[in-house]
Amino acid sequence: MTDVLDPPVTSEPRDHAHEEHHGPTGILKWITTTDHKVIGLSYTVTAVIMMVIGGAFAEIIRAQLASPNNTLVSLAQYNELFTMHGSVMIYLFAGPFAFGALANIIVPIQIGAPDMAFPRLNALSYWLYLTGSITMLSGFFVAGGAANFGWVAYAPLSNSINTPGAGADLWIGGLLLTGFSAIFTGVNLCATIFYLRAPGMTMFRMPIFTWNMLVTAILILLAFPVLTAGLIMLYCDRHFGTHIFSVQGGGVPVLWQHIFWFWGHPEVYILALPFFGIITEIIPVFSRKPVFGYKGMVFATMTIGALSLGVWAHHMFTTGVVLLPFFSLMSFLIAVPTGIKMFNWIGTMWRGEIWFSTAMLMAIGFLFTFLVGGITGIYLASPPLDFFTHDTYFVVAHFHSIVMALVLGAMGGLYYWGPKITGYLLNETIGKVQFWFLFIGIQVFTLPDYLLGLRGMPRRVGVYPLHPSWQSLNQLSTVGAIMIGISTIAFMVNIVYSWKKYPAGDNPWDGHTLEWFTTSPPPHHNFYRLPQIRSERPTWDYNHPGHTAAEHGHHPSNDEEVPVA
Amino acid sequence: MKVEARILLSLGSFFGLMAALYWFWGHENAGGVMIFAAMLLCFVPGSYYYWWSRRMRARPEDDPNATQAQGAGVVGAFPGTSIWPFTLGMGAFFVVLALVFGIWFLVPGLGLVAWALFGGTAEGRRGGTR
Repeated sequence: MTDVLDPPVTSEPRDHAHEEHHGPTGILKWITTTDHKVIGLSYTVTAVIMMVIGGAFAEIIRAQLASPNNTLVSLAQYNELFTMHGSVMIYLFAGPFAFGALANIIVPIQIGAPDMAFPRLNALSYWLYLTGSITMLSGFFVAGGAANFGWVAYAPLSNSINTPGAGADLWIGGLLLTGFSAIFTGVNLCATIFYLRAPGMTMFRMPIFTWNMLVTAILILLAFPVLTAGLIMLYCDRHFGTHIFSVQGGGVPVLWQHIFWFWGHPEVYILALPFFGIITEIIPVFSRKPVFGYKGMVFATMTIGALSLGVWAHHMFTTGVVLLPFFSLMSFLIAVPTGIKMFNWIGTMWRGEIWFSTAMLMAIGFLFTFLVGGITGIYLASPPLDFFTHDTYFVVAHFHSIVMALVLGAMGGLYYWGPKITGYLLNETIGKVQFWFLFIGIQVFTLPDYLLGLRGMPRRVGVYPLHPSWQSLNQLSTVGAIMIGISTIAFMVNIVYSWKKYPAGDNPWDGHTLEWFTTSPPPHHNFYRLPQIRSERPTWDYNHPGHTAAEHGHHPSNDEEVPVA
Repeated sequence: MKVEARILLSLGSFFGLMAALYWFWGHENAGGVMIFAAMLLCFVPGSYYYWWSRRMRARPEDDPNATQAQGAGVVGAFPGTSIWPFTLGMGAFFVVLALVFGIWFLVPGLGLVAWALFGGTAEGRRGGTR
């Protein structure tokens, strides 16, 4: 029987077909669900497990590097570990956590939609993601071990002569599955945002998180098919005797780099934009102000998305065959919209009534850490500096500042939206302990790596000779990694400790956007009723009726009465 | 619909400019083709939205003064539960394992894919389950 939806109305809750949803329970519910919230929760749990697995690899890597000429793992194992650490974190954690977990749950609710546009496609995305993750990780259980050519799989290192064995093929296969999963999620998000918004929810009233997910989804659709095509070419080179990436048969190895990075750099923004969106939701709510410069934020997001397709070869400066001025210029230009965002985040907090909850601390930690990573990224966009630091720990430190900022954003998102998803708050004290371990750990972990890079330590080496300054900096970095590990344990402890202990209510933070209008957790098809939507923060308008909805760009001056939450 | 069209068309126009600049300055084929394809991928749906936006009345979600009652009517058909995405996903899993471990994995893989395609289509024609 078709589940035909009545549209939500502003009247009182009434007897509604949605409440009568009786589906299977237990494992059958998990397998057959098409509800975006259940799928999103499956994504969240799987992605967090992947983060723990990738983090365990990182701890082993840092333990190996804690002393010179260490023999904790063999060099072959080390190659597998750093390859799978990067692959798990990029392909299986950061992306799926952003667009599979949080976006899947939050975007439909933020725009007042009953579900994603294609619920069954959404479920398929999850199954492809789960099986892709299993495929990639099962490389550890085959002869020859997991893939060991780095997460970028450069040709000719990744061909069948230099990297024989099933581990590499499992890596390719896993990426094919997760790649299709991402493409389907991108289609779903675009269709949902374009077609399922509630009446009055015009494009320029959508929450910034939803805007960021729209641009992310468009980038997924532009970038991931290129990677999938490249992986099929790589597989053909390995098994069917083609010579697309090998010189012997007239192929071009650097073509792999072009294809990989044409996906790989937009991927950086596919990872980053959702987390920009998360903190753009957190900062206004906990500053008790509307977001500063809404349209500037939207414009900046689209500009970042547009420019991100023209910067891929800044990863290839040292190949000597790319157009340095073009890629350098485009990379520098990305600093402009990112700077607009940074300015607007600070502008949102300016004179706000800031509530230092765990989510807000995570967002502020994000700002600092992302700024460090972003500014060193501007150094690296300059070819003369890049020639000097390419493939050193400076690059490792740069992108770890970025991705660890994303982890702060992810944790902020879990503390902020967790109560909406589960109905229960997490413990704030343990959350703050987690924040400080995570935040200080990140700085202790990354800052020495910048110095290591400038002192010439190369990436991807399992042992290094006795060298006093390298050794002490590596040890400091390992201490930071251990602190990050402790913060993850604190998070797990918090989940267990807070399990169903602190009921959240519908709107624990006095939130702005539509997800805080419905119950926690939301009912099947999300809403019993909807408020009139007259600004980008309809729930706040509804809860503060004395306040007239402010037009974009209007911020109360000191003389005006500022409604207090 | 107009805003959606404008977003895609302006992204596509930017990629078009970038493709031209890169093509004539960079003399590198792969990147030029990929940016050009990105432009097409924006123009195809963008021009479709634009074409429609001129031929339809503004939807309630495009009207800043719309009331919730204006959205009255059927939003769409949303299947409550379905086993077929799982079946299709497992089929795809086995197909990928065939790439690694041997061609015989294609038998369960393509079997499950075919079963899921028939089952999912039939379910769609019935209107899905609750």
